[in-house]
Parts: sequence; structure tokens; C-alpha cells
Amino acid sequence: MLTLSGVSAGYGSFRALFDVSIEVRPHEAVGVIGPNGAGKTTLLRTISGLVPLSAGEMTFQGNSLAGLSAHRILKHGIAHIPENRRLFPRLTVEDNLRMGAFIPNARRDFTARLAWVYDLFPRLKERRKQLAGTLSGGEQQMCAIGRALMSRPKLLLMDEPSAGLAPLLVQQVFELVGRIRAEGFTVLIVEQNVSQILDIVDRAYLLEVGNIRLAGSAATLRNHDLIRTAYLGL
Amino acid sequence: MDIYLLEAVINGLLLGGVLALLALGLNLIFGVIDVVWIAYADLVMCGMYVVYWLHAGYGWPLPLAFFIAILTVAGLGVLVHLLIIAPILGSAPINQLLATGGLLYFLQSFATLLFGTEFRNIGVRLPIIELGDLFISFSRLIAFGVALVGAVALYLFLKRTYVGTAIRAIAQDRDVMGLMGVDQRTIYIATSAIGGALAGLGACLLALQYDVHPFIGNTFGPLVFMICVLGGLGNMIGGFIASFIISQIISIGGYYASTEWAYVLAFMLFIVLMFICPRGILAR
Repeated sequence: MLTLSGVSAGYGSFRALFDVSIEVRPHEAVGVIGPNGAGKTTLLRTISGLVPLSAGEMTFQGNSLAGLSAHRILKHGIAHIPENRRLFPRLTVEDNLRMGAFIPNARRDFTARLAWVYDLFPRLKERRKQLAGTLSGGEQQMCAIGRALMSRPKLLLMDEPSAGLAPLLVQQVFELVGRIRAEGFTVLIVEQNVSQILDIVDRAYLLEVGNIRLAGSAATLRNHDLIRTAYLGL
Repeated sequence: MDIYLLEAVINGLLLGGVLALLALGLNLIFGVIDVVWIAYADLVMCGMYVVYWLHAGYGWPLPLAFFIAILTVAGLGVLVHLLIIAPILGSAPINQLLATGGLLYFLQSFATLLFGTEFRNIGVRLPIIELGDLFISFSRLIAFGVALVGAVALYLFLKRTYVGTAIRAIAQDRDVMGLMGVDQRTIYIATSAIGGALAGLGACLLALQYDVHPFIGNTFGPLVFMICVLGGLGNMIGGFIASFIISQIISIGGYYASTEWAYVLAFMLFIVLMFICPRGILAR
């Protein structure tokens, strides 16, 4: 579905990704794990077109994504829930969801999709008139996921959905990810929370200093010595 | 209550409507594009010349001349963005300020070249309404009413439409707009067109009350900037309220002293308020 081969990218003269190749197949949940500063966020930002590709090939369902800007990539069916959620704090929950449905296809279907997202997250419906900035951390994450779902993406990119949340909420957010998978979405998720993410993904990649160090099924990675010692502390 | 004072209060209120409309336009552009159009009042001047030219010069019916003036200034707004702002969007704010400041002199000189420095009137005489001893200018009343309708229309546009919601959102988080499928450039162009259209509407309303000349922008341009800063740059509600504060000071001050003194008073109050609340009266 999504294929990156030999991708390099960065900011200005700084290169954050070196020759990265990954693949996401339909209906999979794929994780990218790694320490802070490994280039995980840059990887997602490159896929969604916020960071330009400096080398390599990136295709989605057979179409090349190279050189497309972010607003075009969303129209191909890739939605990105950015790090720290990045809701519009002074817009209501419903207006945030409306922004998620900005592209023409989504606008036409707005009412039905809004009902669907409210069905998925009844809490958002209760808070629909509230400013997004006043929501709790967990509710904000729901709103961010809901906003991304409004475009009915084929692939959902999630950047550290558990960041900045209390442990109990982290658990809830990972349950949300499970529900999204059950709805049939394909998910590429970046996390530092290695143990919990390996519970919910099918496969994962280990990214270190901009390079893919390891790749394999969640079970394989969980039992790999490097992961066990460096990331799981076993 | 003194009938003349009441008249001054009413005139202040009516003046405030048009100022509020222009402040809305300037604040909208600042809030979205993060650029101050120093030449905003001179776009209004251009619109007034369009009205004058079409109506007094070519005898077009007034509503049609108004309509064309609004479209023209909206188009000018888009041109200002594409030709002047867009190429220097990433550079220091002072450069953008200087560039739109340069546009101010360009427009004033260009208008002088085309039309000379004479004061020109569109030749429309609207009646004066008499309520007992009270005299109210009908053209001011219309200007006030239309300005309010314009403000409400803008509010509904910003609240109810996708582009309007994007305009409100973009000021809160620019980088994430692409992830919403929004092309920032389109929103900037739409905003410039709306800002221009508001200046065009303001031009129509002012053409009913004032003579046109190349430097008319100087008479209310500084006033509109002062209002925007007083209300907090980019804060539309603040600007709206500040418009009526300033227009009352000018009108009532003009009644007790002279118009010149009223302006002195208004700017003095502005300076004092800037010391008390430097980020505007509605600063959060």
C-alpha cells in the first residue's frame, strides 16, 4: 500500500533520515519505534509531505508521492495525526472536525461522517461546542483522531499518540488505536512506548539515528536481544 | 440632555460603523497573513475613485458603480498579495511593512497623476432626516446600516463556511493546515480578496459622505490603524469595540472643542491606553 525505498530527508542541510525503506500493507498496523531524535517524526512528516524528500522513492497505492505538498497527499488518502495533536485550540470541537473534512469529498459527506465520528467517540459529541483547548489530554487525542478520520483516510499516520498523557490515559489511547484498526483502517504508528506498541501492531521497524536497524513481526522484535536490553529493560 | 450633544453621540456612532468595517478588514488580513497593509486606506481611496469615475464620469447607476468598486478593490487586494506580499512572505516583518508603505506612496502618486489633486464629489445628495430638533444625515445612517450588515455577513462567513473556518484556524496553527488538505496560498488569496472587498464597501459608504482626492487615505488611515492596535492587532472584536470608542471621542470632542482637538484627544488617549494595556484593550 505504502512503500518507501531508499528515502532520505531532512531540514535544510541537516539530514534526519538515511536510506530508509519501509512498507505498509493494507489493513496492517505497523509501528516505528526508536529513541528520541531517531527521526521517527521526520519519517511521518516526510510521508505526509511536510518535509521534502531529498532522495529515494515513495509510492502509495501505485502513485508516486515524491514532490507532492501536504494538502495533495491528504487527497490521496493519507491522514497524519501530528505530534502533540496540534488541535486548533480556539475552535470548537466540531469546528476542528470540520477542518478535518475540508477536502471536497469529505465536505459532501460531512453530516454522515460527523455522526460516525461521534458514534465512535461519544465524548466528543458531549463536548462538541467546547473549545478544543479546554479539553483534557485524552479528549484532545480523541478529537485529533476524529479530525483525521473525517477525511476517511486509507492510511492513518499517528505520531506518539501517548505523549504527554497520564498512564491510565495512555492505556485508553492504545485502546482507541485498537478500535480504529477494528474499523478496518491501516495504521502507521510512531511510539517511544515500545512495550505497549508491540502489543497492538502486527509488525514494527526500529529506527535509530535515521537508519532502520531492525524490522520484523511484533513477536520477533519483542524477543530480539537488542530490543529486550535497550528498550524493554529486560 | 443637550440636543447637540445627542447629535454628536449619534454621529459618532454612525462614524464608528464605517471605521469598524475597515478595522475588520485590516485585522482579518493581519490575523491570517500576519502582515499589516499600511496602504489599506489607500485601497479605499482607489475604490472611491472607481465609484466617482463610473457614476459621475460615465453616468452608471450608483448601485452598479458600488458593485464594480467592491469587485475592483477585492481584485486589487489579491494583486497586492500576489505581487507584493507573497514574494516576501518569509522575510522580516519590517520589509513587509516597508513594501506596503511603498505601495501607499505609489497609489497616492498614481491617483494624483490620473485625477489631479482636486476634490471630487460623486454628486449624490441624500436628504437630512429631521427628528424634532435633531438632524441626522441619511447617508451616514445608510453607511452605518450597511457597515453593520457587512460585519454580520463577515461573521457568518467565518463561522459557517469551510473557508471561513480555515481562515480562523490558520491564525492558530499555520503548519498543520496542510495536513487538513488546506493549501495556505488559497486561503491567503481568499483573505486578501475579502479584505479588499471590505475596503471597497467602505469606499462606497465614504464616497456618499466625503469628496474624493488622492490623499483621503491619510485622513482615516492612521485612525483605522490606531483602532486596530487599540483593540489588539488581529482581534476583530477588539477592533470593533475600539472603533466606537474612538469615533465617540472624535465626535463628542469635536462638539466640545474642535475636530482638530478631538483628534489630539483621541491619539492622546491611545498613547495612554497603550501604556496601560500594550497588547490592546481586549488582550487575553
